Amino acid sequence: MATIQSIAGENEPHPDVALVERVRGGDVSAFDTLVRKYERQVFRIAQHITQNREDAEDVMQDAFLKAYEKLDQFQGNSKFYTWLVRIAVNESLMRLRRRRTGKMVSIDEDVETDEGSVPRDLADWAPDPEQNYTQAELGEILEKTIKGLPLGFKLVFELRDRQGMSTEETAKALNLSIPAVKSRLLRARLQLRERLSRYFKRKPASAAVGAEK
Amino acid sequence: MTCSEFLAMLDDLIDDEVTTRMRADLEDHLHGCEHCEVTLNTTRKTIQIYRSHEIYEMPASLRERLHTAIMKRCKKGC
Repeated sequence: MATIQSIAGENEPHPDVALVERVRGGDVSAFDTLVRKYERQVFRIAQHITQNREDAEDVMQDAFLKAYEKLDQFQGNSKFYTWLVRIAVNESLMRLRRRRTGKMVSIDEDVETDEGSVPRDLADWAPDPEQNYTQAELGEILEKTIKGLPLGFKLVFELRDRQGMSTEETAKALNLSIPAVKSRLLRARLQLRERLSRYFKRKPASAAVGAEK
Repeated sequence: MTCSEFLAMLDDLIDDEVTTRMRADLEDHLHGCEHCEVTLNTTRKTIQIYRSHEIYEMPASLRERLHTAIMKRCKKGC
């Protein structure tokens, strides 16, 4: 997952360039390859923003169809995936705005929050703390934890840390400045750490026995 | 180096974007500061846990359905 942007070296053309060229030449099967390559990532971005499964499905379809329609406008000065993310983010925000009429949703407002900016929970974690939970429990904890983050924070974290995008490409995809991406990433990491600490910190010996039931 | 100065460099340290000199200063601080050591280790662990577990995974059946719908529309010329 972390290798999407780093497969090709700096001087080699990204493999998507050839696929995009084939689509432009009328080869729909090349677009099929692009959809399969990125559908899961696009779906996750749509889920982060809309927080709604049905909306995320619609956004995913709409984003790919829009990309197909507008492929002529893709300049190639960013990576295809970066351009696709930008479309998916816009589609997701539009859908969210339609649902929550009157409520503005934005990823570039600087969220006034001190949460996590100074680490408060400084207890060390148990070794391999995730092993105290089943896969399903862990999935629930991770989703619940990231869900509460401000939108800009979770998108920067998703693109930089989960999908392995560079700071520059993340800035392009989200239409943020590089310092804005950096500050959101630090705060996202620290807030997630703080929240996960509740589940993963080393329990005092007596509490650990009690927790085993 | 103070804890706030350490924290300001935390991401660069995690992402391995620090100079040798800066790394030495950061490591120097870590030796004497248990709090920053815990913050660094647990932040690294946070990233690692999120990287290695799927969230918002699309079920295979849904992927196929959406994929088919997209390709059908594309073939028609959208």
